[in-house]
Amino acid sequence: MAVGSTALSALVKLDRVSMAYGRGATAVRAIEEVSLEIAHGEFIAVVGPSGCGKSSLMKLISGLHPPLAGALTVEGRPVRGPVKSVGMAFQNSNLLPWRSALDNVLLPLEIVRPYRDEFRSNRKQYAQKAEELLGSVGLAGFAKKFPWELSGGMQQRASICRALIHEPEILMLDEPFGALDAFTREELWCTLRDLQAARKVTVMLVTHDLREAVFLADTVYVMSNRPGRIVKRCAVDIARPRDLDVTYTQPFQDIVHELRALIGGRH
Amino acid sequence: MDRREFALTVISPAAFTAVLFLLWELVCKVFAVPLTILPAPSDVFAALWQYRAPIVDNAWVTLWTTVAGFLIATVFGLALGIAIGWHRAIYAGIYPVLVGFNSIPKVAVVPVLILWFGIGEVPAVLTAFLISFFPIAVNVATGLATTEPELEDVLRALGASKLDIMKKVGIPRSLPYFFGSLKVAITLAFVGAVVSETVGANKGLGKLMLDAQASFQVPIVFAGLLVLAVLGILLYAATAIIETRFTGWAFRGGANR
Repeated sequence: MAVGSTALSALVKLDRVSMAYGRGATAVRAIEEVSLEIAHGEFIAVVGPSGCGKSSLMKLISGLHPPLAGALTVEGRPVRGPVKSVGMAFQNSNLLPWRSALDNVLLPLEIVRPYRDEFRSNRKQYAQKAEELLGSVGLAGFAKKFPWELSGGMQQRASICRALIHEPEILMLDEPFGALDAFTREELWCTLRDLQAARKVTVMLVTHDLREAVFLADTVYVMSNRPGRIVKRCAVDIARPRDLDVTYTQPFQDIVHELRALIGGRH
Repeated sequence: MDRREFALTVISPAAFTAVLFLLWELVCKVFAVPLTILPAPSDVFAALWQYRAPIVDNAWVTLWTTVAGFLIATVFGLALGIAIGWHRAIYAGIYPVLVGFNSIPKVAVVPVLILWFGIGEVPAVLTAFLISFFPIAVNVATGLATTEPELEDVLRALGASKLDIMKKVGIPRSLPYFFGSLKVAITLAFVGAVVSETVGANKGLGKLMLDAQASFQVPIVFAGLLVLAVLGILLYAATAIIETRFTGWAFRGGANR
């Protein structure tokens, strides 16, 4: 994973990319001429009104949906199908209810090559790795619990572990904390902040919580209403490591205000 | 099992059944209902005891034809359900045919089966199978079709094939639907086997009751009905136990531990 000297090289590159659902006359344009770059180890956040194509952007970069026009590369290679170096987590934790937290976290290793071929022989080692990961998000001792025995915040933590276990280049989070209460959400912000700092993983966070975006991200992109365009790229130059207290400071509030004005809507 | 649960799961149904039989007995005695119209439980139990040998003999045939038909239906229904749930094109193609087939009263099919396989156990097994595979197939297909698209995205982004998604998510996820449908299917299979025996067979409870009815031995008819009810409960309970054993996770905080 890139640190220091290579930190500025682009991992993901979008050059005037458009995307639509459906074909022909009935196609719905979701994204219009979006250009952006995500550097190795960068934490970006994408904000915008609902239905602006934030999630579509995620599908695009992970290779789940092909672009209509424009050039999209990950690690310099054009994207033509699912990009395996991606880990995803959503608002709904989507844990499998018949698997324990540990087995849920192990799921990607049963699917991604080269891990899947060695899964049986390396199971112990993988399980230990998963337990360490669970421990790093505060879930030590919960590995054997089933999803319904965990609180919403814990489920979300496990879901993020599942997205990270195969050491993806990019972690994609689609409103991962949207369904949590305010306190749990802030707690998880800090968990994510520490995880990213420790692993130097590249993160793309889709959210409509502006405070969340500014607190966590190096760069915040603001998208317009559908079809989504990027109307603003905003570098957050607040020093790291950031403490939750920073969210009450003037510079922080100023950035949030500026972003809020760009999104518009009735006040 | 604590006392409260024991009272709930054992005493309460037993008491209710006893009261039901008492009321029945009372009605028969008070209104002096003729034996050929509605025999009292005491008469039914007497007949049950007196004819225990032929009843057990015939009940055994009904039981095994039901179970045989049900097992075929389970394998076939599961396979068909997975096929239907696999792809929308298969779903669109097969589903209307399946609904049409399911709408045919199976009683109407029995004569054809007898024509093909002769009087005997084979038509009963096949009727039990034909009547009971449908709910299994539909339930499995539903379980597969309702897999969360986001979860599918997570797996597809990891490079999972359709088969991987089926194995890791689709099939485990549809298991509660599958086992749930077994409860419905076993009862249907039972109905199918008895219906087939009533139309044409040389053994089985259906045949026994048909013969008893023809000679106005109404207590035997009712004894047969009673045995059918008991067998039905036993078969249902057996599948219900299998269900909780295999899909305890679906019953939150489950009885699985």
